[in-house]
Amino acid sequence: MKFPPLAAIAAVLAISVTQANAETIRIGEINSYTRLPAFTEPYKKGWQMALEEINAKGGIHGDKLEVISRDDAGKPGNAVKIAEELVKREKVALLTGTFFSHIGLAVSDYAKQNKVLFVAAEPLTDALIWSKGNDYTFRLRPSTYMQAAMLAAEAAKTDAVKWATVAPNYAYGKDAVAAFKQVLKKLKPSVEFVDEQWPALFKIDAGVTVRALEAAKPDGIYNVTFGPDLGAMVREGTVRGLYENRTVISLLTGEPEYLEPLKAEAPKGWIVTGYPWYSIDTPEHNAFKAAYEKRWGETLKMGSLVGYNTMLSIGALLEKAKSTDTDKMIATMKGLKVATPQGEIVYRAADHQATMGSWVGRTDVVNGGGQMVDWRYIDGAEVLPTAAEAKAMRPAD
Amino acid sequence: MGFYFAQFLTGLASASSLFLVAAGLSIIFGVTRIVNFAHGSLFMLGAFIAYSISQKFGFWLAVPLAALSVGAVGWAMERTVLSRLYGAPELFQLVATFGLVLIVQDAALWIWGPTDLLGPRAPGLTGVVRIFDQPIPEYDLFLIAVGVSVLAAIWWMFTRTRFGILVRAATEDREMLQALGVRPARLFQATFFIGAALAGLGGALEMPRQPASLLMDLNIIAEAFVVVVIGGMGSVTGAFLAALLIAELNAFGILILPEITLVAAFAAMAVVLVIRPYGLLGRPATSAPHAVEIQPPQTLGQTGRITALGLVIALVVLPFVAGDFVIVLTADIMIFALFAAGLHFMMGTGGLVSFGHAAFFGIGAYAAALLVNNAGLGMEIALFLAPVFAAIGAAVVGWFAVRLSGVYLAMLTLAAAQILWSASVQWQDVTGGDDGILGIWPAAWASGTTAYYYLTFALTTSGIVSLMMLARGRFGILLRAGRDAPARAQALGIDIKLRNWTAIVIAGSAAGLAGGIFAFSKGSVFPDTLAIPNSVDALVMVLLGGLHAPAGPILGAGVFALLEDSLSRLPYWRALLGAAVVGIALFAPGGIAGSLSKWLRRRREGTA
Repeated sequence: MKFPPLAAIAAVLAISVTQANAETIRIGEINSYTRLPAFTEPYKKGWQMALEEINAKGGIHGDKLEVISRDDAGKPGNAVKIAEELVKREKVALLTGTFFSHIGLAVSDYAKQNKVLFVAAEPLTDALIWSKGNDYTFRLRPSTYMQAAMLAAEAAKTDAVKWATVAPNYAYGKDAVAAFKQVLKKLKPSVEFVDEQWPALFKIDAGVTVRALEAAKPDGIYNVTFGPDLGAMVREGTVRGLYENRTVISLLTGEPEYLEPLKAEAPKGWIVTGYPWYSIDTPEHNAFKAAYEKRWGETLKMGSLVGYNTMLSIGALLEKAKSTDTDKMIATMKGLKVATPQGEIVYRAADHQATMGSWVGRTDVVNGGGQMVDWRYIDGAEVLPTAAEAKAMRPAD
Repeated sequence: MGFYFAQFLTGLASASSLFLVAAGLSIIFGVTRIVNFAHGSLFMLGAFIAYSISQKFGFWLAVPLAALSVGAVGWAMERTVLSRLYGAPELFQLVATFGLVLIVQDAALWIWGPTDLLGPRAPGLTGVVRIFDQPIPEYDLFLIAVGVSVLAAIWWMFTRTRFGILVRAATEDREMLQALGVRPARLFQATFFIGAALAGLGGALEMPRQPASLLMDLNIIAEAFVVVVIGGMGSVTGAFLAALLIAELNAFGILILPEITLVAAFAAMAVVLVIRPYGLLGRPATSAPHAVEIQPPQTLGQTGRITALGLVIALVVLPFVAGDFVIVLTADIMIFALFAAGLHFMMGTGGLVSFGHAAFFGIGAYAAALLVNNAGLGMEIALFLAPVFAAIGAAVVGWFAVRLSGVYLAMLTLAAAQILWSASVQWQDVTGGDDGILGIWPAAWASGTTAYYYLTFALTTSGIVSLMMLARGRFGILLRAGRDAPARAQALGIDIKLRNWTAIVIAGSAAGLAGGIFAFSKGSVFPDTLAIPNSVDALVMVLLGGLHAPAGPILGAGVFALLEDSLSRLPYWRALLGAAVVGIALFAPGGIAGSLSKWLRRRREGTA
């Protein structure tokens, strides 16, 4: 890509100014585009495609939908500043986006303070909708707890009794391990946790970590590392025989973002959550897949689906609310049903969590690349606590 | 027994790869005195270039070719940017290397795309050997061999070749070498080539161990600095020992306390610096400043005073003419200007460099948040106590820091910041960990954009003005005496350490106040207030603005924040920001304020 020349920038500015005068509904979108492009770029392509589709169909009751997208560079302070700008200067109807959990929380608190609707796309932390949940924040993607609970249910079906865990040393890793332990112990009280490793995020010393796990002689290993850490764990663990004759349960590893870079060295037989876009065969998903590949010339990632579903949710919300009044939109969001490529999802009124689910299956190498096989789709509603339980976890306000 | 030996070998392999990066950094610093922030970027480039070459020519050809290419990149960096900055004030080159980091980040994203790239494994070295019945990957043994050979090669070069002897001479006493007729330019270029090539080699050799990713640069750089400092800046053998220490500490530490991964390296550095102020094998700078270079005191001239008054009036009027967002942005800039002004006070007037100034900003922010959230106090008391807590923190850190000088002092502050950062991440019950503390909004009378703006204005302006007056007054004079002529100052009976310690406490409380104001303006506090990028931002603002100009931190914070805000709307904005920073560094080598006042003076003299 080349840098746009000044004239092009001026033209874009001019167009956005004229658009502002026409009937448009503006959406403020914030994400960590430069901090983690591997995850946020497919996400951006996903929501852009949904946006184009909505506008091609004539927009929302004749009004054009416009997204003002900004990069927070991975800093929560920046994200709040941008939220301020989007709300006060750009007069957006609602805020959306964010990838990192802490940035999601910062924007959610801003939304509460300033009475703006915030549709969180990717942050996984449970706090966003439970312990620190608020009336203005809704979340799409299945949370850490939901995904860990799906895997714990699978782990309970195996023979493994002695478990070791390895997770990055920050909130997401801690939550993912805690949720897994909690659910697994409930399902199978005989399990025992013999070791836990906490490598620093993206700075793993995989060799020594693998050996420390090996020394604990577990039957099963629960892995939460991802990104470059995962690649290092796979290589160093495989060469040392760590995964031989052991049950491995691994969070998010089936997502193309993480599995594809491993190519032919992708682990075999790990039980994972992920997104087997290549073998989902429903009319909705086939249409989505074909459209995405045509539009961008590349294959789907998890982020693509999350971005697409986010914008679909916003479209469905505005369509139904027929208003950009925050209170009306919140009332509409509660219980909002959205038709997505993976079927219908519902934003629960009790805790503002969408019932978007996840795919659980085994990893294998197919045609020289890592894929998920024997998978099944688990609806988010199956693993979420009941409405009453969820409500009890939220602060009263 | 076998297990522990194997664990030791595994640690040794990690030590080797860490050593390759740190050795280059150490050599570059030793000869050119440049703290090269872009060294991690060279490491990352090594990994990516090796990946690309290996796709066509295989692993074994890719490694040396990648090392040479990265060496060439390092050489080009030196020729085009850094060589123009050798005359600039101390540490100013750091600004340029920071700009280069940003440029390389976006260049790598543009060339290789966002996805991680897992390179091939080393053909012939994919298996394991059994030592005491423990599986040891052959590649680990190979890495150990490479580390030791590189150490031996550097040792041979430094003791047996003319080039090496010149490099050592340059490390010891650059001016003397120049006086003896050695052209330093060639030497510096060669040094950069070798240092960068070592970083590239380190990156290329990571191919079988981890995928090449866009996060490699910033992930390695802090650890590489730690290794260089523990070993003693400029000492390659020291770097080797330090890499060994860090890697083994991690290898055995995680067996006992798995959570140690976040702090092990920085805690080790703090301990080493307290016990051995110049690292394991480092020596105190043998040559004291040759001639006493007295920097003129920092004062605002008449133009400066008028401009300052104008600025204050403009800031008071701003809410009447500008929209909400401009007010928020301006408030942000004022907060960072105060943060930078504290650092500027200790760096400019006191000559005390801090790489971890975020520590005090973060203490202030967390103190304010915890006082409101846990102790149930009001915003007013919290804002009053934030700088007090930061001052206490600065007093503790400063107590150890004043025994050191130069980059060592800076690195001890970095270690302190990093230890606090990991405490904020791990101590979830109190700090909320990464999820932070939410709901820290201003008291009713100060809420609303304009009200909080005026509060910010009042507090930051009084903070900055107090710092300026301190710098101009008796205290500042004594501090400068300690900075420019420590021996004479001491002979006159000035307790330099006490003054320096006080300066750190003052700078710390200014940062703490800024942190407290920041917490209430954003409504939440997260560990990133304590993290390295926040420290680096402050450092860049101070240096960019001008180390020896009173208006430096204000201009630096303003220009940096405005650049970031306006450029971040464009694609590939980090490269643009990086280019802007490098550009300013090249055209205003005294910082913006310094060069501006020079230009004004010259113009006035020209017309007179």
